[in-house]
Amino acid sequence: MNSMSPSQAPLLQVSGVTLQYKTRDHLVTATYRVSFDVYPSDRFVLLGPSGCGKSTLLKAVGGYMSPTEGTLKLKGQTIRKPGPDRCMVFQEFDQLLPWKTVKKNVMFGLEASGKLRGRAAEEKAMQYIEKVNLAKFADSYPHMLSGGMKQRVAIARAMAMEPDILLMDEPFAALDALTRRKMQDELLQLWADTRFTVLFVTHSIPEAVLIGNRILMLSPHPGQVKAELNSDGSDPADSQGKKLSERIHDMLFSEQVEEMGPLGALPDARLVDRAGHHAVGGPLS
Amino acid sequence: MNEAAPARAAGVHNERPEFVREGELTKEFGVVEKPLTVAERLFNNGALRKVVLLLIIGAIWEWYARHLNNPLLVPTLSSTLQAFWEAILTGAMPARVATSVRLLFQGYGVGLLLAFVFTTLAITTRIGNDLLELLTSMFNPLPAIALLPLALIWFGLGDKSIIFVVVHSVLWAVALNTHSGFRSVSTTMRMVGRNYGLGGLRLVFKVLIPAAFPSILTGLKIGWAFAWRTLIAAELVYGAASGQGGLGWFIYESKNQLEIPSVFAGLFAVILIGLFVENVIFRGIETRTVRRWGMQT
Repeated sequence: MNSMSPSQAPLLQVSGVTLQYKTRDHLVTATYRVSFDVYPSDRFVLLGPSGCGKSTLLKAVGGYMSPTEGTLKLKGQTIRKPGPDRCMVFQEFDQLLPWKTVKKNVMFGLEASGKLRGRAAEEKAMQYIEKVNLAKFADSYPHMLSGGMKQRVAIARAMAMEPDILLMDEPFAALDALTRRKMQDELLQLWADTRFTVLFVTHSIPEAVLIGNRILMLSPHPGQVKAELNSDGSDPADSQGKKLSERIHDMLFSEQVEEMGPLGALPDARLVDRAGHHAVGGPLS
Repeated sequence: MNEAAPARAAGVHNERPEFVREGELTKEFGVVEKPLTVAERLFNNGALRKVVLLLIIGAIWEWYARHLNNPLLVPTLSSTLQAFWEAILTGAMPARVATSVRLLFQGYGVGLLLAFVFTTLAITTRIGNDLLELLTSMFNPLPAIALLPLALIWFGLGDKSIIFVVVHSVLWAVALNTHSGFRSVSTTMRMVGRNYGLGGLRLVFKVLIPAAFPSILTGLKIGWAFAWRTLIAAELVYGAASGQGGLGWFIYESKNQLEIPSVFAGLFAVILIGLFVENVIFRGIETRTVRRWGMQT
């Protein structure tokens, strides 16, 4: 895997974090005492089915909510509110501001946070727009772009901030399968270029195996750490000839059946279906 | 899951042979992109269609007024236009229009400012939200003109009373639309703003207002229409106070002197200004903003 010296301090420390949020009638516990450490240049994946609190966890790291128990620390500092040292890339296409061109969207982060102004912001923006191969579209408005291009702009905007950590909330989930594959490769390419640290949320097993160098698996209702695995992107087989993705699949699958009985297989099947290649020939494909 | 594949193939009707077409495909389909005829293209022009409709309506008016032959009830289009032209030449009409437009601007401006304060309060605090909801549901249905008697007592005969009722007519419509616009701004977009360190008024100006701009623009349009009709009505009711009346007063005065073509000319001016604001000013803003941004088609 990654050559990581043990003396290196973790960049992000999540320890014993319980997250709760209120709906109209309930106080929902999204995660229960979740702990993990993210080191610099990690591609750390939070993987789990719907309802395991992985997105809520990412929001807490983003500073949009505070834990009822436990602490979240970035570079030793407790996270209290959103800030440009943690840039979020969302799943939704409307994260781009429709009244700004691609270039202005990327500049928006730099200028709003006061990091850079004017020409300097423009140059930095163009540098990252070129990195995601959108230089030709710098003056286009978001509504003229395809879904994949919009996500690339969002990634460029977040990366241009050169944040301590990049937070990605299922950024490719709304894309078609071919575009998603392409974007995953591009993300890895970008990582090879700049070695940023990314915390990546997904419900797709193949995506987790491909993107992550470290995968945190969460069980649902409420989210608890089920396993933390290493991955080198090649989906290697273990001593019993079982592939990493199969091991993950079995862990998630067995739990669903135990918890919900025969009907419990349904949400899991959907999970696998959306995940991509597991779905081929599956019941829902 | 993979054992499902042969099972699926088994029950399927597979006697149809596969085929691939060899050689060139036919080129006998004619032109792929054929230009429309001149007539078709002219008919596709919305402005032209409307002008044609307008001419037809004008022709019907002219014909009916001549047929009726009673200029005290319905003057002809030509005599209306003539009265309009004369009023412009004598300087009466431009002065009246200027008075009305000045009052409108003052009332509209104050109304917008108040609407901004109310909606900003409403999105930042819960109590502000309750206050705005309560006030809009109370006052939005209340016709501005009904407040005129009260305004006369409070502010006396003068511009202030008119401005007061115009503000009332603008404020609630704009506040209601702006507020619903703010509330429909997606959580994601707000989170993006906060991610880059925006909060409070900066978030309002840099994210919420542009994101809610389609609704705000609708509010501005409705507010403008309310303001304009309230203004003319208020002028009609109590006319000139500061010596120089507006368009409403022009209409009222002409009626008293039984100059019916001038009454029509006054109405004509009201309509013209309405058309100008709607089709030039607001349309211009729309094409430059929400249409360009793809937020409205």
